[in-house]
Amino acid sequence: MNPLGHLFCSTIGRKVIMAVTGIVLIGFVIGHLVGNLQVFEEPDRINGYAQFLHTLGPVLWVMRITLLVCAGLHIWAATVLTIEDRKARGAVDYRTKTWIQATLSSRYMRWTGYVVLAFVIYHLAQFTLGSVQSASYKENLPEYTMNADYHVMGIPVVHAGTHVHDVRSMVILGFSQPIVAFFYIFAVGLLSLHLLHGAQSLFQTLGLRNSSWGKALRAIVTLACLAYFLGNLAIPGAVLTGHLKLNPASASSTP
Amino acid sequence: MSSEKNSKSISVTLRVWRQAGPNKPGQFVEYPAHNLSPNMSFLEMLDVVNDELTVKGQEPIAFAHDCREGICGTCSLVINGEPHGPHEGVASCQTYIRSFADGEVVTIEPFRAAPFPVIKDLVTDRSAFDKIQQAGGFITARAGSAPDANATSISKVDADLAMDAAQCIGCGACVAACKNASAMLFVAAKVSHLGILPQGQAERDKRVLAMVNTMDDLGFGGCTNQYECSAACPKLISHDFISRLNGDYIAASFRSMFKQAPAQTDGGAG
Ligand code: HEM
Ligand code: FES
Repeated sequence: MNPLGHLFCSTIGRKVIMAVTGIVLIGFVIGHLVGNLQVFEEPDRINGYAQFLHTLGPVLWVMRITLLVCAGLHIWAATVLTIEDRKARGAVDYRTKTWIQATLSSRYMRWTGYVVLAFVIYHLAQFTLGSVQSASYKENLPEYTMNADYHVMGIPVVHAGTHVHDVRSMVILGFSQPIVAFFYIFAVGLLSLHLLHGAQSLFQTLGLRNSSWGKALRAIVTLACLAYFLGNLAIPGAVLTGHLKLNPASASSTP
Repeated sequence: MSSEKNSKSISVTLRVWRQAGPNKPGQFVEYPAHNLSPNMSFLEMLDVVNDELTVKGQEPIAFAHDCREGICGTCSLVINGEPHGPHEGVASCQTYIRSFADGEVVTIEPFRAAPFPVIKDLVTDRSAFDKIQQAGGFITARAGSAPDANATSISKVDADLAMDAAQCIGCGACVAACKNASAMLFVAAKVSHLGILPQGQAERDKRVLAMVNTMDDLGFGGCTNQYECSAACPKLISHDFISRLNGDYIAASFRSMFKQAPAQTDGGAG
């Protein structure tokens, strides 16, 4: 078998695909959270950041396509392996079903994964495409005028006075609807649970985990997943509890 | 454990999977097992029940066994949902009646996996493991007079690790315990115990690729890193060996990409 055959056709190869695409997706969700937390600073920050991403043009598209391909491969491998795994158990299953030591998060990887997928589709429809909740979609909101330059690594990338989309208001208006906010919190909770197993599992899949540091790995991953969940909870949480409010300028002109 | 302490006899109800033959429908049948000595082994208890069945002119319960001392890997019962029963690091044959409560209903099932079809009742065909072994679970060595002892030096750590892996008795409990019926722990043990030692290096890449390939072809599932296998293993083989197998497989696939192929592979000295 050629090496691509090893990668795509063997059970281990498919797990390697899941692990590598999982690493890319983890990198993305962490970067995404760090970027989003700028919503807690002055409106220039998150709006300038969103504008900056759009000025990347082709680079943004390369990133988007990379992420789509990774998500596609990850889900493809998960689905194909799951079908094979079910078949391997055979026609008759045990009467007494038990778990000996598998962790809770590991038992629900398929569930957490597919619900996260449903959430990602809704999330893109809401904030990227504007096909749901279009009243508060960024293109339908009054534009925001930058008060100061937005810097990336010390370089001013978006200048004061530029008219940009009011992403901050879009997020706050979106999360003002409790059902949207709770679905978001529920989904990031499930994603954190997915990563609680996934981020440890990938080291095992790549042949890097063993019991000499397995406990340390578990502790680090557990803390990181908790921090990830709390960071994500903060944004809808702050909107729901009234700690994160529209800036007065846009509040007066909201549709 | 003192026999005095465990002298009170107990009775249990067995709920056993009965299946007349391969591809025949099966069902659970209940049998009472009375006045059991707590110090009886689980298999001895089945012998007693089978004696009674035979006397009554009924078909005895078929179950696999050989050494009855935990070293051959033939016994293969799923007791109350756990392969080899309730104890850690113990095969079915080393499980004792004292582990069960008086009046308990004990469910006994065969190992369940598509590549391990049921032959009869609790006996499954595990020759799939032999096929995996034949694909690469060996080394090529000069037969004849024994080499000098210690002619090949092996570090103590490597020798111990290889021995940990070589504990595998090939019973298949790892497959039975895995929700995906994956044979990764078995293959990991066989690949590692040869791959860690200098004698196993010549065929190392070929071995891991061939054994994993065969494992997949036979219809075993993939590993989801939940470690039910090592928890059920009567020899407590660590799932660290699965990580090692993954690493070996990745490295071997990668190396096979750049390997120069000989111009001709026939002929030569054998
Ligand atoms: C942002 C999204 C996601 C991230 C960051 C992520 C990350 C990961 C990681 C790191 C793993 C471990 C791979 C390994 O075992 O080596 C994994 C496994 C898995 N993921 Fe995801 N994943 C995401 C979305 C999804 C989605 C949408 C699905 C739905 C199909 C999914 C289904 C699975 C499944 C079934 C596993 C296998 C678990 C196992 O074999 O133990 N994931 N994921
Ligand atoms: S009968 Fe030999 S290991 Fe149980």
